[in-house]
Amino acid sequence: MALYRDQAIVLRTQKLGEADRIITLFTRDHGRLRAVAKGVRRTKSRFGARLEPTSYVDLQLYTGKTFDIVTQAESIENFGDSLSNDYQNWTIASAILEAAERFTAQEHEPALQQYLLVVGALKALAHNTYDSSLILDAYLLRSLSVAGYAPSLTNCSRCDKPGPHKYFSLVGGGSVCVDCKPSAAATPLVETLQLMSDLQTGDWEGAIQSELRNRREASGLIAAYLQWHLERGLRSLPLVERI
Amino acid sequence: MYEGAIQDLIDELGRLPGIGPKSAQRIAFHIIQSERVDVARLVDVLRTVKERVKFCTVCGNITEEELCKICRDPRRDNTMICVVEESKDVLAIEKTREFRGKYHVLGGAISPIDGIGPENLRIRELMVRLAATEIQEIIIATDPNLEGEATATYLARLIKPLEIKISRLASGLPVGGDLEYADEVTLGRAFEGRRTLEG
Repeated sequence: MALYRDQAIVLRTQKLGEADRIITLFTRDHGRLRAVAKGVRRTKSRFGARLEPTSYVDLQLYTGKTFDIVTQAESIENFGDSLSNDYQNWTIASAILEAAERFTAQEHEPALQQYLLVVGALKALAHNTYDSSLILDAYLLRSLSVAGYAPSLTNCSRCDKPGPHKYFSLVGGGSVCVDCKPSAAATPLVETLQLMSDLQTGDWEGAIQSELRNRREASGLIAAYLQWHLERGLRSLPLVERI
Repeated sequence: MYEGAIQDLIDELGRLPGIGPKSAQRIAFHIIQSERVDVARLVDVLRTVKERVKFCTVCGNITEEELCKICRDPRRDNTMICVVEESKDVLAIEKTREFRGKYHVLGGAISPIDGIGPENLRIRELMVRLAATEIQEIIIATDPNLEGEATATYLARLIKPLEIKISRLASGLPVGGDLEYADEVTLGRAFEGRRTLEG
């Protein structure tokens, strides 16, 4: 397999040598991989703006020794323009890209569900489909679920006792009942847990009716839960603008 | 592996950007074969550059004095500031001889994914400058990539209430290129920023 084609979202770029860049790609069929785009930093590069972070592209790649090499790139949809023209959206898109990189631990391992989540989230963000902050939280919750870390939001995560329960524990895996509650547990509002459940299942009708204080509390819980499971927090998350 | 000093030299050279193990080895052997005076000169220059070069207290450009050459120059237009990411960009713009105002070097672009937020750049210093001096126009000349655009958006939002004219460098087709190879974003921008021809 010397030459192959794939669709991808550009997650990150790093400078390499005089005019090249290492592009971290999240591809549809080959998972996350790093490829070299030669000459991309020259003003006359034929790649132009196609290989910037958040770009959604159709690529031809050449299998190299350490890194694959990008030989051709066509845009499928350009999210970059609308994302960089809105500072809040840009910080949120950065957090989504960073999370996507962290959720795909192994390079070259296909992760179609995670890929579709990233594409969907960026699309919704670029088109301003919903509130930007909600899109980020929905994305984080759903990629946590795909990665196998779905927090329990109604039943007790330990004894499966039907909820809703008063306590939420990071260590305990979400909602916990009074009997199973570990010593440190948060006590979020019932509406906050409902919002998180709506976001996790994709019930936007319910989610957009939520109140600001529930959204804030949910964002805090999701960020803490994410950090607990990824062991190291996302660097871009503290820089995200929440309104 | 070589022994002692020569291996230390190869290791140190190998830490420089763009220098791989083979290049490091080649440079190291070149230094060994060089005349003693040549090497001494190199050592002197390295030491002086580290001791003398600092950042201009006003614009953040590199300089050997308190203020850089451009900030000291009384002939430059005090009413315009061009905001760039790096000192290297100042040099690139100076070469065009198109701009006669002053500069402000941010020291990078906002990049949340690398943990670089607005407070890590010299944005506060820029705002102080805007409040204190008679500035009429700000030209934002950050790189035309996503980080650069996002930084420009952030600055524009911050400066807007001050009622100072804000402009962004135009982007479009490179001179000497082929239209068919231009990507959609660049070509779109070129259309957006097209100009009337005075025939």
